[in-house]
Amino acid sequence: MKRWGVLVGALLLAACSKQSAPLYLPEGENYPQTLSEWGMLKLGGGHLQPVAEVTPYDLNTPLFTDYAHKMRTVWMPAGEAANYGEEHFDFPVGTVLSKTFYYPRDEKGQLRLNSQDDRDANTGLALDRVHLVETRILLKQKSGWVALPYVWDEKQQEAHLELAGDSQSLSLLDDQGKALAVNYEVPDANQCAGCHEESHGQGINPLGPKARHLNKDLVYSEGSANQLQHWQQKGLLKGLPAELAGVPQNALWGHPRPGESLEMQARSYLDANCAHCHNPKGPARTSGLMLNLATATGIHSGLCKQPVAAGKGSGDRLVDIHPGKPDESVLIYRVESTDPSVMMPELGRSAVHHEGVDVLTRWIASLDGGC
Amino acid sequence: MRIATLSVLAVSVLLAACGEPEKPAVTHVDFQKELQAKLIKAKAGDVIEIPAGTYQLDRSLSLKASGVTIKGAGMDKTVLSFKGQKSGAEGLLVDASDFTIEDLAFEDTKGDSLKVVGGKNIIIRRVRTEWTNGPATENGAYGIYPVQTENVLIDGALAIGASDAGIYVGQSRNVVVRNSRAEKNVAGIEIENTIGADVYDNVATGNTGGILVFNMPNLQQAGRATRVYHNQVQGNNLGNFGHKGTPVASVPAGSGVVINSNDQVEIFDNDIGEHKTANLIVSSYFSTGYTNLSTAEGFDPYPESIYIYGNRFGPGGDSPDNLELKALRISQYGLSGRLPDILWDGYVNVDKLKDGKLPADLAICVDNGSAGMINVDAPNGYKNISTDMSSHKCSLPKLPAIELASAKAGQGA
Ligand code: HEC
Ligand code: HEC
Repeated sequence: MKRWGVLVGALLLAACSKQSAPLYLPEGENYPQTLSEWGMLKLGGGHLQPVAEVTPYDLNTPLFTDYAHKMRTVWMPAGEAANYGEEHFDFPVGTVLSKTFYYPRDEKGQLRLNSQDDRDANTGLALDRVHLVETRILLKQKSGWVALPYVWDEKQQEAHLELAGDSQSLSLLDDQGKALAVNYEVPDANQCAGCHEESHGQGINPLGPKARHLNKDLVYSEGSANQLQHWQQKGLLKGLPAELAGVPQNALWGHPRPGESLEMQARSYLDANCAHCHNPKGPARTSGLMLNLATATGIHSGLCKQPVAAGKGSGDRLVDIHPGKPDESVLIYRVESTDPSVMMPELGRSAVHHEGVDVLTRWIASLDGGC
Repeated sequence: MRIATLSVLAVSVLLAACGEPEKPAVTHVDFQKELQAKLIKAKAGDVIEIPAGTYQLDRSLSLKASGVTIKGAGMDKTVLSFKGQKSGAEGLLVDASDFTIEDLAFEDTKGDSLKVVGGKNIIIRRVRTEWTNGPATENGAYGIYPVQTENVLIDGALAIGASDAGIYVGQSRNVVVRNSRAEKNVAGIEIENTIGADVYDNVATGNTGGILVFNMPNLQQAGRATRVYHNQVQGNNLGNFGHKGTPVASVPAGSGVVINSNDQVEIFDNDIGEHKTANLIVSSYFSTGYTNLSTAEGFDPYPESIYIYGNRFGPGGDSPDNLELKALRISQYGLSGRLPDILWDGYVNVDKLKDGKLPADLAICVDNGSAGMINVDAPNGYKNISTDMSSHKCSLPKLPAIELASAKAGQGA
């Protein structure tokens, strides 16, 4: 009798504070229907934040998603670590990566378009100042990675598994007082693979936690540190080169470090936003346009290259990148478009990323040569 | 085998459709979610049946699981309409093998209607893809579009109104396209960078160009070995409404069959007629307006080993859709004259010439009764136009038929 009482009490406590331990799911398809069951994020005290065992992370140049802000986290089973690789890390079975998409909200409840950092290293996100849209989960199982979309409810209390995705009409107010209408699409589970299956036939893989994306500082509750070194210190990463100088690093979006040239900013942007499809094994391999870092600037990266199956995506322009002439480049036409059959990326946005277009335009304008 | 039918919903959709025919299209959100959820959870052996009805969708569908069949009640009965589509670059995107789709229609998708990437053993049977407003530059690019696929059967399909190609097979291997119909597209049927394709018993009519066999540069695979035979290719004179920059943009209106930069192509036993520019065109990538800067090393822009025989040519060549050709027709054949049935742009790989002639196995061979061929000498600004057939009176070893299990199985039925 006594023992039962204790157990029930403990269960109740766990339920009230929504604070179960991170879920270890090495196999099986019994995926939680709700986000809270994963035990990665805790919702309470007016905040959403990673639980103690879960580590937040950030990227040098991230993916653009309709100006949504993102909180990313990683969790690995206790005692396990990822193996460092220059291109990919090898994560242990059970690893859970999460990415929560949200918009900042002003005191009137209006969603805002800005690039402020809303995350507090100690308290996470203040719920009265953000609107949560979705949380995406990548889970490493014995059979490979699984991608799961969770959509936040209107009360902002819970996110539910929606394999078929969702769409929401949102309006974002920028600092000049201009509203941007966003037709936000939560991808369906197959569409996740449309980006995350970076190499055909290899299944889903994480795209963000790579050395060149993670190699930057982040403010933790203990203070600021390089993320890779922090992961190593926490026992999450093995095999990191002793000298950080030997570790690749993409440009820091919006705040390029000294020496991060326009070309490097543009290439970092294409790396994060396009290369998972536009690489020799990716979903856009059929176009012959390779925007990954390993492809040198030349015809395969688009210089004077005729589009292959672009249809109206060509925009009546003759080549993907016309050096010196962004206005005659198919690439710029497609990043400026919001027509689903024209725009690039073809998934995951409904708004134009003006700052991204600006960097790409200036880069193409800076290239010499003709076609 | 599991058979999933989307029946309950379909009935309510039908009812709704009958009750209020005039209202603008409202997305059948539940149907869309249910169908996409089925596609996500599908396992090998599953048959997903979609009953008769017109279903309104606003985002693209996708399938990743191999071994799945999608089946409608007929290509005029089960209609997936994407009018007003909000997201997704295609109607249905398939990245899977052992895939069969039959007896349904895709209408008014924003981009491509049915795209299949990178799978093996694909059957597309009695599928209609159509832009219901008729030919228009805003229409999606491709109707039926397998790319980087292997062992593909397209049988009894119907493709109407694509702003690029109605049926477009790209970078694939071992393909049969038959008993299908393509009309009012820029290109009716296009085989591009594909190794081994048989295109037969099809009808291509009312397109800008009827049947195209192309090679594009900068891709992982160069195409060869396509046979186009026993097709009806008639009256493809629609003004080119494709987009500049696309491979089909250079196709002049009034082209029956066009071979561009491809090798080992056999065109025989077709009925080809009523084409203003030419019933048959053999051309090089250079005629599409691009220079060497646009091709990676190793690309072969010359059409070689082309064998044309036993076709029945109807009228054609009386009003070419190209300024140089227009002038040329009048100067060579007079105001009421016509160009010969076969038009060749005249590009040859000079590195391969022996005594001024292409080796026999690389030649363009014509054995087609009285049909003539004109070499318009495009490389030299149309200066030395020639209708001398002597170096083209030859034959080539015939290509083997495509061996495709799914095509054989269908044959007896
Ligand atoms: C348009 C392409 C695209 C689609 C569609 C997409 N992702 Fe991602 N995802 C990315 C990229 C690129 C990153 C890394 C960059 C970043 O996080 O900014 C990423 C990051 C993530 C992360 C963080 C871990 C990682 O891989 O970096 C998770 C978790 C994730 N995605 C899950 C999903 C799920 C679940 C879906 C489907 C609901 C999905 N993604 C759909 C491109 C995409
Ligand atoms: C979700 C996968 C995906 C992502 C991400 C993506 N693309 Fe694409 N892209 C494709 C596919 C598939 C094609 C080929 C079909 C087409 O042209 O529509 C393509 C074609 C193109 C083309 C035409 C290329 C040619 O030569 O035919 C350009 C230009 C392009 N993409 C630019 C971009 C840029 C720039 C980005 C990043 C900002 C990007 N894409 C991100 C899938 C993607």
